Amino acid sequence: MSELISSNPRLLLMIQRFGIKLGFGDHSVEEVCIKDGVSVDLFLLICNVYSNQDYIPRPNDFEHIDMNGLIPFLLTSHIYYMDERIPHIEVHLNRIITDSQPKYGNMLKRFYEEYKKEVCKHFDYEEKTVFPYIESLRNGLVDSSYNIKFFKQNHSNIEDTLDDMMNILIKYLPGEILPKERIDISLHIMQLSSDLACHTLIEDRILIPYVESLENALR
Amino acid sequence: MKNKAKIIICETSEMLSTGLALFINSNPQLNVVAQIDSSERLKEKITTVNADILIINPAMLGSNDNFLIKGIMQDFPHLKCVALIDSYISQNIQKQFHDVIELNDSSQKVITKLTELLIKDESETHEANEDLDLSKREIDVLTAVAKGLMNKEISEQLHISIHTVISHRKNISRKTGIKSVSGLTVYALINNLIDETEVYK
Repeated sequence: MSELISSNPRLLLMIQRFGIKLGFGDHSVEEVCIKDGVSVDLFLLICNVYSNQDYIPRPNDFEHIDMNGLIPFLLTSHIYYMDERIPHIEVHLNRIITDSQPKYGNMLKRFYEEYKKEVCKHFDYEEKTVFPYIESLRNGLVDSSYNIKFFKQNHSNIEDTLDDMMNILIKYLPGEILPKERIDISLHIMQLSSDLACHTLIEDRILIPYVESLENALR
Repeated sequence: MKNKAKIIICETSEMLSTGLALFINSNPQLNVVAQIDSSERLKEKITTVNADILIINPAMLGSNDNFLIKGIMQDFPHLKCVALIDSYISQNIQKQFHDVIELNDSSQKVITKLTELLIKDESETHEANEDLDLSKREIDVLTAVAKGLMNKEISEQLHISIHTVISHRKNISRKTGIKSVSGLTVYALINNLIDETEVYK
């Protein structure tokens, strides 16, 4: 496990959301997963997508993997973004807002408020519509009014607006406004943006094909 | 093209790199001037040989190199970047390149792709060299977008087709690097194109 983490330290963000506890010493991935009640195969599948943006699981992979933990993992990720990352960036942003002219302050505040709404809506749709649909599929119930295709076609990415924010902070806001703070916050935004990109990949590469295979099996 | 186009191939597999060079050199207008197997000091290399085309395998670029290609394109606006694809590469990455060469492309296809890039270059140089400032019409559209108008309303107000509005919007996003409406609003405010009171009612 420690070798895995040092090969890609970004996985630290993800193991926490799996409920894997630190302090695993020299135990193997399998040992740690079993101890913390995580499916080893699912864990590795997500690690692969997380570490390699070109990784595509084979459709029949899902047949042999215990997928129970997937939706709880995605839900925990949502909570992590909403309750930790986004407020954290907001704290930094507020420092910039209070210390710059009201003209800039107000617009940054508005911008971030709108971004929060966008993310909230995105997650809300997944939590209230998509995930319940998948749960019922997993219980063998076919809800003919919904199809994962709807999700596949409309699954927007929520990193673009963050990239806009980076551009605004770095390229367009006048140079004299709090450069140190702006660099600091940019690093946080970059990290969140790349983490969200991985999150979207997990949904596109694992969740959607998995649900498609469930749908096919039931129809 | 008066002179031979100078091409750099950046690919770890010697077999691929040499094979591709053979294909390319068979055309009298094209000339592979360097084959390198790492993306280190790529920019230096491009400057030294004054390359026209860079063919690079995106698989060689680590996740930290996401901006490398973009950076190269900005530093060398005349350089054409072509991806050499030998494994799955996401569309997002492919889109960054001017064109894509795939493993099963025939030699003819490779040459056509490269020569077409060079022709395009000659006819579009003026346009491509334009700096990233927005045109007057783009500023009109940007201002309208920032005020919260929809494409249809903008097209009526400016007496242009919706298609033209959309193409202006694409160019605005390309030039500013900002895609979202809320981001464009901020951009317009910073540049004093609109007043606060016009947006946040």
